[in-house]
Amino acid sequence: MPLDTPFGADNGAPATAPVDASRRTFLKIGAAAGGGLMLSLAACATPTDTDGAATLATAPAAPPAPLEEINAFVAISPTGKIRIMAKNPEIGQGVKTMLPMLIAEELDADWSAVDIEQAMADAALYGTAASGGMQFAGGSRATPSTWLPLRRLGAATRQVLLQAAAQTWGVPVGELTTGPSVVIHAASNRRATYGELATAAAALPAPDDEMMKTVALKDEASFRIIGKSVKQWDTPRIVRGEPMFGIDMVVPGMKYAVFEQCGVWGGKVVSANLDEVKAVPGVVDAFIVRQVGDDLAPLIDGTNLGLLDGVAIVADDWWTAKTAREKVLKVVWDEGASRTDSSAGFDAKAAELAKGAPQSVLNEKGDVAAAMKAAAKTVEASYSYPFLPHATLEPQNCTARINADGTAEFWSTTQLPEPGRGLVAKVLGVEQSAIKIHMIRAGGGFGRRLANDYMAQAAAIAKHSGHPVKLLWTREDDMRHDHYRPGGYHNFKAALDKAGAMTAMTNHFVTFKRGTRPANSAQLSPAEFPAGFIPAHSYGMSMIEFGVPTGPLRAPESNGVCFAYQSFLDEVAHAAGKDPLAFRLELLSAQTEGPAAGGFSAQRMYDVVKLVGERSGWANRTSLPKGTGMGVAFYYSHLGYFAHVAKVKVEPSGQWRVQKVWVVGDIGKHVINPTGAANQAEGSVIDGVGEMLQTITIENGRTKQANFFDMPLIRINQAPDVDVHFHITDNAPTGLGEPALPPAPPAVTNAIFAATGKRIRQLPVVTSSLRWT
Amino acid sequence: MAFTINVNGKTQTVDVPGDMPLLWVLRDKLELKGTKFGCGVASCGACTVHIDGAPARSCVTPISSVGAGVVTTIEAVGDSPTGRAVQAAWVEVDVPQCGYCQAGQVMAATALLSTTPKPTDRQIDDAMAGNACRCATYVRIRKAIKTAAGLPTADTREA
Repeated sequence: MPLDTPFGADNGAPATAPVDASRRTFLKIGAAAGGGLMLSLAACATPTDTDGAATLATAPAAPPAPLEEINAFVAISPTGKIRIMAKNPEIGQGVKTMLPMLIAEELDADWSAVDIEQAMADAALYGTAASGGMQFAGGSRATPSTWLPLRRLGAATRQVLLQAAAQTWGVPVGELTTGPSVVIHAASNRRATYGELATAAAALPAPDDEMMKTVALKDEASFRIIGKSVKQWDTPRIVRGEPMFGIDMVVPGMKYAVFEQCGVWGGKVVSANLDEVKAVPGVVDAFIVRQVGDDLAPLIDGTNLGLLDGVAIVADDWWTAKTAREKVLKVVWDEGASRTDSSAGFDAKAAELAKGAPQSVLNEKGDVAAAMKAAAKTVEASYSYPFLPHATLEPQNCTARINADGTAEFWSTTQLPEPGRGLVAKVLGVEQSAIKIHMIRAGGGFGRRLANDYMAQAAAIAKHSGHPVKLLWTREDDMRHDHYRPGGYHNFKAALDKAGAMTAMTNHFVTFKRGTRPANSAQLSPAEFPAGFIPAHSYGMSMIEFGVPTGPLRAPESNGVCFAYQSFLDEVAHAAGKDPLAFRLELLSAQTEGPAAGGFSAQRMYDVVKLVGERSGWANRTSLPKGTGMGVAFYYSHLGYFAHVAKVKVEPSGQWRVQKVWVVGDIGKHVINPTGAANQAEGSVIDGVGEMLQTITIENGRTKQANFFDMPLIRINQAPDVDVHFHITDNAPTGLGEPALPPAPPAVTNAIFAATGKRIRQLPVVTSSLRWT
Repeated sequence: MAFTINVNGKTQTVDVPGDMPLLWVLRDKLELKGTKFGCGVASCGACTVHIDGAPARSCVTPISSVGAGVVTTIEAVGDSPTGRAVQAAWVEVDVPQCGYCQAGQVMAATALLSTTPKPTDRQIDDAMAGNACRCATYVRIRKAIKTAAGLPTADTREA
């Protein structure tokens, strides 16, 4: 293998093998492009080492067969192996397995012959509109974005194989059919495997735009891959401990780096005892890295996180770098303007703002004042939730190498590689075309890796030190230099008429401000339910100045807003003397205007709420013993419709455990990979319950929590059993990384209310407040 | 200084400071990348290995304390029938999402089944609560342990 290829990665092939650019540019093939290209997988996949350190993964038993590249996504060997590229970053959401299923289905491939390989970050090859757009992991977008494009791509690839067979046999394409990995000419009783046709197919022009648009797709009733559970592609390698994560990357001559940042975001290095650090045995270098960009606000804004001041220590091994930092490094910081930020201060400011009128109106309809005046009953309550970290289990890291030719190469767990490319190009002062990004499996994403701050740091450190480096953060770095889910404050009031119908609702939402606008992931949708389902509503907003980075955490905004709204609606239902589930169904039946924002369908939501009531035995909840209760919540986010019922047991001591959560989701007409889908829903629910125990506290402008002992992750003994059901409807399939999370916390707090009569209006849940006798 | 340790049946000598945790010896000196770093303070279990068959958090185990202890990592856990059964069950049940914690989960589960071949749900909770899964694949971890043990897989904690 070439010296410059890292071992551990399974994705060196597209970058290191010589590739026919016209063929790789899937849709721009001309008559001049001919001749398939032989790629040797052996040149990239064998994880042996040339630098003396190899004790890595098992080598393949035999050299893999050469591949004929039909296009950028599909290559086929004469023996019938089909390599399909997975275009998006894999962060645990299952796309490395699921996206190739879409291609394989329409290619009519024999799935058992498929090999999946992670694509490089390469917008021209894999980020095209024709393949479903940009390569990224976020917003539960992979399914809706690629559902048709990747199927068309598979179908067009099949078409090329048909043409190859037609040419070989001298028969019309229209007379040919396919079975799993075989082309059939029934009239002459001839068959050819895809492997047998690979060389001829690779010599044909790749499909063009027109073919992609017009190619016939399968009758969906005949799917034999889509809708069948396919186990995650990498699981056998995961359970053997094979190197595949960002932290596992090794390049020859690599050094290890740590990076000390100011606890207060945007703080500047005044001085550091670099000479003392450099004197530590095993330390190779220590130096100050400076902020790139003068304006701090964009550099601490979610997905834009940039390079801030810090001190890098580079050593022969990571432990040495980390120990030198802890025991020797002393930095004098100019902490900057946000050093007085605190959670207590935010809470006080929010309470003060809540007393006044909202600074701005988000959405208003109907005569709220008249409805409040005429109400038989009003309900008022304030809800709040804290800042939260992402806490991916794999701490942020990046391996970077500046090559002799001025190009630079990154092995990154980024969820959003193209902005990362722009950022590191700026840090290095080179063109974006000089940057090569390997997208490496991430040990969790949850939105954290939509930002590329660690890439920028690795770039700066590699450039200054002159060595390839692996930058690895400590857990404490990760906890304290996140872009957090922002806290939020909702001050509600609702009016009920004599019949217990909701006639008006107001919310004064207090949030955080960056510049003149709400900070990243700190907004409230003006169309938030039940707007449009009650006669009158008014949502207003006020904002708090702050200097804490915020950004998207799995189901951003929804993950807090749903807790507040679905809890308050529960309160209103109880005040109305109604069954909370029936009350929700009544509201959903009372839409006062046309289709709501975001294409929300009240009917789809109605159906999942009704169904989760049936599946959970909601009607029998009154027979539960004292201290055990059931709660319901629903939410629409990321195009998915989800309703959950939680069953919670609260001991007289206040100790509580969620026993079970029933989930009903409507994500359209096909659940592409049922086992992966159920896994996402189970995990989302338990993740949501876990968030009810978590908080990030700001004191003196910095994060107080350090590690999992003071910012707990939910454990197996706290995790409920989860029953997942997908309600199939005649709608296009949608994504699943996020929408099953938001209803989990309010379903649980509503169940706690049912069990104890105690209403939780503030997260995290304080167990001692739940005691009962 | 030099330390000679037994890892996965092989005797290896490394020249490192005595306070260097076993985790970093495995990962950065012996290039065994399967054992993962999550917290550095024995709070998450990602770094779980076996020392003389018992689960140990390698991130807080100084190399100087390993001595003659027989270290087994995820790379070799499949050499034992129990470890192999656990790995197979993890694949069968399709447990992982991101997969980062799963080496530690497999090591902890193998240690549990080695001493308690037919664990109850409570015993599973007790043995596995030190291993965090940020993707929260706990429903499947429980199911896979029971699958490896040949037990019915339903969650019985409510009963």
